[in-house]
Amino acid sequence: MADRAIYVHQLFKRYKGRNGPVDAVNGLDLEVETGECFGLLGPNGAGKTTTVEILEGLNTPTSGEVEVLGRRWETDENEIRQRIGVTLQETRFPDKQTVREMVTLFRSFYHQGLNPETVLERVALESKSGAYVESLSGGQQQRLAVAIALVGDPELLFLDEPTTGLDPQSRRQLWDVIRELSGRGRTTLLTTHYMDEAERLCNRVAIVDKGKVIALGSPADLITRLGGEHIVEFAIQPTESPIEADEFAHLATVISARAEADGFALTVGKPHQAIPALLDHLAQTERTLARLTTRQVSLEDVFVSLTGRHLREEDESPSNGSIKKRWGKR
Amino acid sequence: MSSLAPLFQLYKSRLREFFRQPARIFWVYGFPLVLAVGLGLAFKSKPVEMIPVDLVESGSWNEVAKTIGTHNTKPGPSLDPRISIHSGTAEGTDNRLKTGKTPLVILAISPTQVEYRYDPTRPESVTARNAVDSILQRAAGRPDPVKTSDIVIDEPGSRYIDFLIPGLIGLNTMGGGLFGVGFLIVNFRVGKLLKRFMATPMPRRDFLLAIVGARLTFLVPDIAVLLSLGHFGFQMPIRGSLLLVVMLDVIGALAFAGIGLLIAARANNTETVSGLVNLVMLPMWLFSGVFFSAERFPDAIQPFIQALPLTQLISGLRMVILEGAGPLQIWVPLTVLTVWSVVTFVVALKIFKWS
Repeated sequence: MADRAIYVHQLFKRYKGRNGPVDAVNGLDLEVETGECFGLLGPNGAGKTTTVEILEGLNTPTSGEVEVLGRRWETDENEIRQRIGVTLQETRFPDKQTVREMVTLFRSFYHQGLNPETVLERVALESKSGAYVESLSGGQQQRLAVAIALVGDPELLFLDEPTTGLDPQSRRQLWDVIRELSGRGRTTLLTTHYMDEAERLCNRVAIVDKGKVIALGSPADLITRLGGEHIVEFAIQPTESPIEADEFAHLATVISARAEADGFALTVGKPHQAIPALLDHLAQTERTLARLTTRQVSLEDVFVSLTGRHLREEDESPSNGSIKKRWGKR
Repeated sequence: MSSLAPLFQLYKSRLREFFRQPARIFWVYGFPLVLAVGLGLAFKSKPVEMIPVDLVESGSWNEVAKTIGTHNTKPGPSLDPRISIHSGTAEGTDNRLKTGKTPLVILAISPTQVEYRYDPTRPESVTARNAVDSILQRAAGRPDPVKTSDIVIDEPGSRYIDFLIPGLIGLNTMGGGLFGVGFLIVNFRVGKLLKRFMATPMPRRDFLLAIVGARLTFLVPDIAVLLSLGHFGFQMPIRGSLLLVVMLDVIGALAFAGIGLLIAARANNTETVSGLVNLVMLPMWLFSGVFFSAERFPDAIQPFIQALPLTQLISGLRMVILEGAGPLQIWVPLTVLTVWSVVTFVVALKIFKWS
């Protein structure tokens, strides 16, 4: 029990939607070990926030088993609340309170915890401790939210999309804070739809889609499971006849091929073999290369290969099932 | 940390939030003050004003002007109105009469014959006519067979300002409860702060107690400011017990805090809550007798008016402050307000959405 911070079994949550019921969480299973930084990854609307709010005791499941720090919400609500820390998506703290006052206020709710100065130092806000909340930048407000989550010295910390909407520098700053916390042996559950964030911060991630976990493992593990570690992306000068992605799937060390918005992406084992093979193939079929880049495989690729959709559907169109899947065979 | 710590911190936090917003302080303390001073001065009993009249420059107009001039300089505290004269041509004065710039035009045809030109449907014209006529007749030797004397009634306690101050105290108490509780909670909900509090072990009871406690704290300067203005600025008497005034206002504040809580129980955006607050406040602004007596409304709607918490609060305050009523005499307001407090709190807590 002690080595399991979170246990979730067959979790369901159904909302009454306008067009019939919506299953926000649809049979989700999850185990988070004590001391790890665990990432819940998935697109908007995948059910991450609903799941986390159920874990935080802010929402009730339709059915399923939930244990937090070995306790259940129905019987040990107050004990769990004393031992967890929470940041929600976009909490708006009152404008006219100072940073220290907010932290002190929240400190008073816990039997034991850290003193406000210590917490502000941890999130690098000590210089702002006398400033009004309204004068903080977006990144500073988010760090204040983390400080408030930490003030009860929680064993388990929930961070719901902590860096959404922040500029790159603020994101990096917050990552440093989170990484330092993980170093203290506390458990962190993080939700995000940024792949790079999960890769940098998490020991393990669960990819959630449509209310279910569709893949689980360390970021490196998930990436290797894709078969190759490199992605070769290229585009071809327009030709009369349409080109199928399948055409490239048989090239040397290519594991999968998919069409993208304006070109193709190949998951390859060995770029130094795959690229010459690709160039030869293009020469034989008399096509002209317009663009060619290679990069490391990311969790984003894992997600696309699993679902056929990009994580952030708003800005990218789905690749119409033209993926060649090798995933299922593993 | 002691178990009182959360309540104390929440309470301090509410007070800070209020006192750090100068605009809010103005609307709560400054505005009623300005209103009271403005209305108080506007309705203040003033010495009777000069009556303006027009005199046509023809005939024996010089004699008339002289008679009126003598009247105006008559020494002593006379209640007879003084007259101010504007003289001009027949055409010019007639024009001024038609356009309402003067209430009366006097045409002195001869020392023994005067013509008044005026519109008898205008009360100020009739007053002017009678005043001028009386002056001219008396100057010409008319005796006053009946001896009369005038006594001025503007006792503190029966003037408009005395009526107004308790009304404004009640109005402030209502606004404070509805905005200070209703708006505050909905803003917390919109900003997800309510949810954030719920994610901590904060006792919910303390959260509400702090809000209500802060409300009652703001009441003290509220009452103090308006009562001092009335008492020291306008010599309004405070005939009943000050403690009873405070107690009554506290129960009134609880009733309005309860209504505020009820309004905020489910609303999850500021548009809804501002609509609801206005819906609740408007009938009370109109019917509860803040600016003029609620008893002027038809009997048919009196039961409704008397059931409104603001009506009862204001009428109770007036009874204590102006008539010196004791606790037993204001049992109706006390009972109605207590019922409002209890019912609204019970219902609001039942249906309250904490996230």
